[in-house]
Amino acid sequence: MTSEKKGWGLSFPFILWSVGFTLIPLAVITRYAFTDPDGGLTLDNVLAMGNRINGQAFLVSLLVAFICTLLCVLLAYPMVMAIRRLNLSSSAFILIFLILPMWMNFILRILAWQMILSDNGILNHFLTILGLPKVFIANTWLAVIIGVTYDYFPYMMLPIYTAVSAIEKDITEAARDLGAGTLGVFTRVIFPLSLPGLFSGITMVFVPSMTSFAVADILGGGKTQLIGNIIEQEFMRSSEMNLGSGLSISLMIFMLITLPVTVGRSGKEEGSRDI
Amino acid sequence: MSDRPVLIHLEHVSKSFGNSLVLDDLDLTICKNEFVTLLGPSGCGKTTTLRIIGGFERPDSGRVIFQGEDITGVPANKRPINTVFQKYALFPHMTVEENVAFGLRIRKKSREYIREKIDYALKLVNLEGFEKRMPKSLSGGQQQRVAIARAIVNEPEVLLLDEPLGALDLKLRQEMQYELIRMKNELGITFIYVTHDQEEALTMSDNVVVMNQGYIQQEGSPQKIYDEPENAFVADFIGDSNIIRSTMVRDRLVNILGIEFECVDTGFGENRPVDVVIRPEDIVLAPEREGALNGEVTDVIFKGVHYEMCIMTGDFEWIVHSTRRSEPGSGVSISVDPFDIQIMNIPESEDEEAVKLDI
Ligand SMILES: Nc1ncnc2c1ncn2[C@@H]1O[C@H](COP(=O)(O)OP(=O)(O)O)[C@@H](O)[C@H]1O
Ligand SMILES: [Mg+2]
Repeated sequence: MTSEKKGWGLSFPFILWSVGFTLIPLAVITRYAFTDPDGGLTLDNVLAMGNRINGQAFLVSLLVAFICTLLCVLLAYPMVMAIRRLNLSSSAFILIFLILPMWMNFILRILAWQMILSDNGILNHFLTILGLPKVFIANTWLAVIIGVTYDYFPYMMLPIYTAVSAIEKDITEAARDLGAGTLGVFTRVIFPLSLPGLFSGITMVFVPSMTSFAVADILGGGKTQLIGNIIEQEFMRSSEMNLGSGLSISLMIFMLITLPVTVGRSGKEEGSRDI
Repeated sequence: MSDRPVLIHLEHVSKSFGNSLVLDDLDLTICKNEFVTLLGPSGCGKTTTLRIIGGFERPDSGRVIFQGEDITGVPANKRPINTVFQKYALFPHMTVEENVAFGLRIRKKSREYIREKIDYALKLVNLEGFEKRMPKSLSGGQQQRVAIARAIVNEPEVLLLDEPLGALDLKLRQEMQYELIRMKNELGITFIYVTHDQEEALTMSDNVVVMNQGYIQQEGSPQKIYDEPENAFVADFIGDSNIIRSTMVRDRLVNILGIEFECVDTGFGENRPVDVVIRPEDIVLAPEREGALNGEVTDVIFKGVHYEMCIMTGDFEWIVHSTRRSEPGSGVSISVDPFDIQIMNIPESEDEEAVKLDI
C-alpha cells in the first residue's frame, strides 16, 4: 500500500534516468539500425558485420578482448592471494593504490602509457640506462593490449578480491588440515569459491575491451582496428548513422547471447546442487 | 597418571600475540587413545594450544614432540592430525560426500576406497542418505557431524575438537556428547577436546587439563579434579563450591570460621593460612546447635533433584545442596565429614597470584 507507493517514489529518479539515457538512445539506435538513409526498412546495416572489413575487426576485437581478459585474470589472482596474506592496513594501502588511477580520466591514463611506451619514452629511457636494447612497442597491437589490460585490470581484480576475501580463514585452514598444500588450497577451495567474482570480472572486462577504440587509436596508432573504431568512424567521420547503429546492434546481440552463458554459469554455481 | 604410551608432548611452549603472552612455558603430555579435555574460561589459551598441536600456529619457543619426533616446524597439512573446527568450516561449494572425500582425494586414494570410507564415516555419524546434500541445507548439528566425518575418514592419530558442540542447543549437545564418546571408543584414536563447559569436560574425558591465563592449573581424571582441586581457581571453576580462607592448626586439624574441624590432610605446617574447599553436596545440615557451625537460611531454590540453599554463618555465606528443604529464616547448623574437607595452599608466587579469585 503506502510503502509500495513510497517504493515507486524512490525509484522514480532511476526510472527517469533509464528512460532518458538508456531506453531512448536505444530506441533511436534501433530505429536507425533497421532503416536506410531514405527511411526504408532494411537489414543491411545489421548484417554489415558479416562483410570482410567489419568481420575482421570483429574477430580482432574478440582476440584482443580474450587476451586482455586472460591477462587480467592471470594478474589478478596472484595479486589477490598476496593481499590476502597481508594484514589489514597494508592490504587497504594496496587496494587504494590500485583504485587511485581509476579516479583519473581514462584518456589521461592512456596518454601516460603513450609516454611510457613511445620509442623515446620512459621505458626505453630506463632500458638505455641499464644498457639494454630499446623496445619498439608504441603503435603496435601489443601496446593496445597493454593499455586495455591496464585500463580494465581493477574491474577484474576487485570482484575477485571481494569474493576471495569473503572466504573465511577457517575454510582454508580446514583444507590445509585435510592435507592440501598451498596449491591444493587454491585450486580446490579458493578458486571455485571465487568463481562468482571471476565471472562478474569477465563480464566487466571482456565486453568493454572489444570496443575500447580510444586505446586502439592512441596506443595502437590506428593500425589496430577494433570493432569499436569502425563504429566510431561510421558515426563521427562518415556520418553513417544507419551503418554505425546497425553494427552496434549486432554487437549488442552478440553480447546478449554470450553473456548469459557466463553469468548464468556463475548463478548456477551458487545453488544448483541444493536439495 | 596413565599407563598408555605418550603420544604428544608440548615442551616449554610459549606463545604471545603482540604484547600479550597467551601461553607461558606450557608443558603438556598427552597419551595414546586418551580423551583429553582442555578446560578453562574463554581467552585462557585453549584454542591457541590446539592450533599449536594442529600446526596452524608456531610457538615462539618450546617444542612439539609427536611420537618422539620434533614436529614443531612441520606444517598442518603434513601432520597426522585432523581438526573439527568450532564453526564447522565445511566447504560450501561441495556436497556432503565431496566434503568427506576431500582429504582422501588429496592423498589420491582409489575410487572404491573413497566410496567405502564415505559410507563408513557417514554411517558412524548417522548421516546415511545425506551424500548429495549441500552443507547450507543442513542443520547445525548435521553440519557438525559432517565435519567430524570429514576429519575421521583420514584415520588421523589424533582428532582435535575446538568447542565442537558450542553452537548446539542443550539437548543436541548432550546427545552428541554420548555420540563422541562412542565414536572415540569405536575408532580407538586420541581425542583432544576444548571446552569452557566444566560439565562437558567431566562427562566425557579420561583426563582433564584445567587452564587459566596461559597456565595449566591442574591435570588429572575428572574425579580427581572434582574431588581434590589443587587451588581456589580449579575449585571455583569446577562446579559450585564453598571456598573459605582458614588456618591449618596442625596435621588433620583446621580452623574454619573460628571452629576447629577434623580433616585428613597433612603436611601444611602448623598455624598456616590455607584455603578450604567444601562441595555444597558434602555439607550435612542439622537442627540448630546440633552441628558445628550455626547459621540462618537466607535463600532456597528448587533445582529439580535437590534444593540449593544459602546459609549465613557470621559473615560467610555457604552454598548447600540438600534433598530436604529448610525454610528461609530458620536456624540450622552445619557439619562436614573430615574427608569432605579439601585443603589447598594459598597462591604465593606471582604466577599463581594472577589466578586468585575474588571469593
Ligand atoms: N591471532 C591472534 N592475534 C591476536 N591475539 C590472539 C590471536 N589468537 C588468540 N589471541 C588472543 O589470545 C588469547 C587466548 O586466545 P584463545 O587461545 O583463543 O583462548 P580460548 O580458546 O581459551 O578462548 C585471547 O586473549 C585472544 O584474544
Ligand atoms: Mg577458543
